[in-house]
Amino acid sequence: MSDLVILLTLLAIGYIFGQLAERRHYRSIIKREQMLRGLPIIASKFPPMYKTPPRSLLVTGSVVISVDYFKRFIAALRNLIGGRVTSYESLIDRARREAILRMKEQALQMGGKMIFNVKLETASISKGAKDRIGSMEVLAYGTALADKQPGHT
Amino acid sequence: MLMTNLEIVPGSRIVKHLGLVQGSSVRAKHIGRDMMAGLKNIFGGELKGYTELLHESREEAIQRMKTQAEAIGANAILNIRFSTSSVAQGAAELFAYGTAVVLE
Repeated sequence: MSDLVILLTLLAIGYIFGQLAERRHYRSIIKREQMLRGLPIIASKFPPMYKTPPRSLLVTGSVVISVDYFKRFIAALRNLIGGRVTSYESLIDRARREAILRMKEQALQMGGKMIFNVKLETASISKGAKDRIGSMEVLAYGTALADKQPGHT
Repeated sequence: MLMTNLEIVPGSRIVKHLGLVQGSSVRAKHIGRDMMAGLKNIFGGELKGYTELLHESREEAIQRMKTQAEAIGANAILNIRFSTSSVAQGAAELFAYGTAVVLE
């Protein structure tokens, strides 16, 4: 009986805080995406040779994000019947967008005008634990091209 | 040291290829951080401690790669790639590699 109570409490906590956190996160993601829209990110390897800014800098952005207890429970249920695991989809979506935003923020700080050859890399860092996709890391990296700074080589 | 994940550097020519350079780092966080991460597994959200941990170790991997490139006389690393793998719970290996070259 007490086990059931604990489980239900964890589920309730996970649901309430998880939903709140997710909504807050999405709001901030959308706001920052609009702010950073002026900085194009391009997956192409070769920048156009004309009007290419001369300075290239490696920029990275990474985030580790965790799914809440409720969503993990739902995903475990989903494992029984199969199908889309929407609770993990939103987790991965948030992580990717956040990582790209952080990369863009870093590029902007360094004076980047555009980011080329953007790669995304996803890793599950809780491997070996019972539930494997509990938390995941997304790294976004690319080369920011920036104008030459005076006195900088 | 110029570092980029493009295969070319706009505006300069590659004089010499020096081959692959790499750097890696395995790190774990102290137990307090792991416990915080365990709590976050219930609430959901960003694991700031782990983000920081991976960021630090990535910096270190880059630093090691840079040291290696400097040792063989390169002045730039092109086509850098990162890779992450978890060796155990709470510990992660960060690996960075690229091609060391001499630019004119």
